[in-house]
Amino acid sequence: MPDETYQTLTQSIIQGAQTDHSRLALVFIDDDGGEESISTARFHGEALTYSRALREIGVEENDLVILVLQHSQMLLYAFWGAMYLGAIASIFPYLTEKLDPAIYLEQVRALVMHSKAKAVITFPEFKDHLSKLLAETGTRVLSTAEVPQVKANPPESAFWPNHSAEKIAFLQHSSGTTGLQKGVALSHRSVLNQIRAYRQAIRLNAQDVVISWLPLYHDMGLIAGFVMPLVCGVPLVLMSPFKWVRDPKILMQAIHRHHGTLCWLPNFAYNHSARAIRPRDMEELDLSSMRAFINCSEPVWMDSHQVFLNKFGPYGLNEQALSSCYAMAENTFAVTQYPVGQKAPVDWVNTRKLQEQRKADPDRPDLAVSTPLVSCGFSIPGTQICVVGEHGNQLPDRYIGEIALRSDCMLSGYYLRPELTALAMRDGWYLTGDMGYIVGGELYITGRKKDLIIVGGKNIYPQDLEAIANTTAGIIPGRCVAFGLFDKSLGSENVVMICEVENNAGNDEEKQQIEMELRRRIVQRSEVALADVRLVNKRWLIKTSSGKISRSANREKYLKELFEDE
Amino acid sequence: MSDIETELSEYILTQIVKRPKHQLDKDTPLISSGLIDSFHLVDLAIFIEEKFGVRIDDSELNADTFDTVPQLSALIRQRQG
Repeated sequence: MPDETYQTLTQSIIQGAQTDHSRLALVFIDDDGGEESISTARFHGEALTYSRALREIGVEENDLVILVLQHSQMLLYAFWGAMYLGAIASIFPYLTEKLDPAIYLEQVRALVMHSKAKAVITFPEFKDHLSKLLAETGTRVLSTAEVPQVKANPPESAFWPNHSAEKIAFLQHSSGTTGLQKGVALSHRSVLNQIRAYRQAIRLNAQDVVISWLPLYHDMGLIAGFVMPLVCGVPLVLMSPFKWVRDPKILMQAIHRHHGTLCWLPNFAYNHSARAIRPRDMEELDLSSMRAFINCSEPVWMDSHQVFLNKFGPYGLNEQALSSCYAMAENTFAVTQYPVGQKAPVDWVNTRKLQEQRKADPDRPDLAVSTPLVSCGFSIPGTQICVVGEHGNQLPDRYIGEIALRSDCMLSGYYLRPELTALAMRDGWYLTGDMGYIVGGELYITGRKKDLIIVGGKNIYPQDLEAIANTTAGIIPGRCVAFGLFDKSLGSENVVMICEVENNAGNDEEKQQIEMELRRRIVQRSEVALADVRLVNKRWLIKTSSGKISRSANREKYLKELFEDE
Repeated sequence: MSDIETELSEYILTQIVKRPKHQLDKDTPLISSGLIDSFHLVDLAIFIEEKFGVRIDDSELNADTFDTVPQLSALIRQRQG
C-alpha cells in the first residue's frame, strides 16, 4: 500500500523496485493468449528506458508527452517513463480498424497543436507520417523502435528528482473533437488521495488480484485497471479490450486462472458477457474468487446485473459481488462506491413523479408504475457530493438535480483551458452534468443534464457527430441531431441521427446512399456505428424558441413516430 | 445470391442494423461502413455457428478475414466442407 509519506506516484514504483524487486507487478496477456509475468524491478527498468529516450530528444519536466499507441506493454512503460521525468503523460485513444488512419493521425495533430505537446511516442509504422504532419510544430516524434533495451543495473541518477505533489502527473480526456479539447489535468497529490481513499472504500488488501481488459485512455481503465493496482502493489492481470469484445470468455478464463478478486466493468459488459459466452466456454471455470464486479462509467441497470447473475451464478458468481460505483476523470476516478461485499441495492421510485416532478418517491417494485434505480453507493473518503437545483441551491434528499462534487482528488483544471474550467466549477464545487438524487448519503443517477451520449462506457459528444453530418453530401448543413437511446438487450445506448435532406432528395436508393455515406464517415472519424439514421424532409426537426435544434425534443418526436409506425 | 448470403443479409439487416427493408450490396463493407459495431461481431459469430455449424474464431472477426457478405459466405462454405 502506498506509504503515507509518498508525495508522488513514481515514488511508490521506485520504492517497490528497490525493496521488493521480484514481486509480481502485473501479468500481461498478449493477443495470442500468451502470458508474461512482469516483476516490479522489470517494470521499473523498462520505464527507465523510456525516460532516457525521452530525455535524449529534449523532453523536460512539465513537458506534455502524448502516447499514440495500442494496448501493449510499451504503453505501460512509456506512461511511467514520462512521469519519471516529471513530464505530463497523456494516452491517446487507440487506433482501431474502424477508424481511418489518416483521419486518426489528423486528430493527433490537432491535439498536439492545441496542447503544445513536446513529444509524441508512437509505433514505427506511424512515425514518418506523423513526423511530416507535425513538422511545423516542433514536436518530436519518438518511435518505440528507437527506445533502447533495458540495461542491467541502470545508474540511479537523475531520474527521480523530488517532484512536488502539486505537479501534474497526467491528463485524461474523452474522445472526439470536444473530448480531446478537455484534457483533465491531475496532480500527483490528487491521484494519490484518490488511491488512498478508494482503496479504503473497497477494502483493498494484499490478497487482491485485479483482472482487467479496460482501455487505458479512459479513467476506469487507467486508474482502477492500471495505476491503482501498480501503486498499491496489488497484482494486475491485463488483457486487450479489442480481444475481449470479440471473445469475452477470456475475462472469465483469466479470473479462474489467477483467482481474480476484483474487476471493473461498464454496464454493457454484463449484457455482452451473458449473451456472447457459451456454456461450453464456462465448463470447469469457477468465478467464486471474485469479491466484486464493480459496475461503473455508464448508467447501471438492474436487468444487466440480473442477466449476468442468471448466466454466471451457476459458475460460482456470488450475487453479493455485484457492486457499483460512480466515477469521472474530474475526480481522478471514483466519486462514490457501494460497500463491497453487498449487492448494490435497487430503489423503486414512482415513474410519473420521477419524470414530471423531478422527485424520487419510493413505490412498489412494479414496472407498471415504478422505475428501478441501482444505487451507486456513498462518497469515498475525502469526497463530498450534493444535488443542485436550477438556481444553484442545494436540494434535499430525493429531489432530483445536478450532482456536484468537491474533494481532495479533483482536477487541477482542464489543461490550458482555464475558461472551460471556470464554466464547470461553482464555489469550489465541480458540476458533473449528471442528474440524480441522494438518500441518506447514498447516490442514485437518473440521467444527464446535457446531451452527452455514453456508449459502452465511452463519452460521445453529439456535436462531434453533427459536425460530421454537416459536411456529408446530401445533408442540409446545420439541420441534424444526434442522440442516444437506451437499448435493454445491449445494456447501453444506441446512437441515432436524424438529418434533413432536400425534399426532392431523390428516390429510396439515393437516400440510402446518403445514409451509407454518413455511416461510413461517422465510423471512420468517431468509431460510432450508428444504430439508426433517419433522413427527413426540411423542417421536420423541432427548434427551441431561441432557434436552436433541440436534441431532446427531436428524440421525443422520433420515439413517438417510431411507435406510430409499429 | 446463394442461400447462405440471403440468410446472412437477413440476419444482419433484421437483428443488427434493424432495417429489414434495406438492401445490402454485395460490395458493402460491413465493418468499415459502420453497419456492424464491435459488440455485434460476436453475435454474428454465434448466429453463424448455430445456423451453419461453422466456427468463426474471435481472431477472424475483423475486416481482413471478411468484410462483405460474399466474403463471409465463402468462408462459411469452405468450412462446411
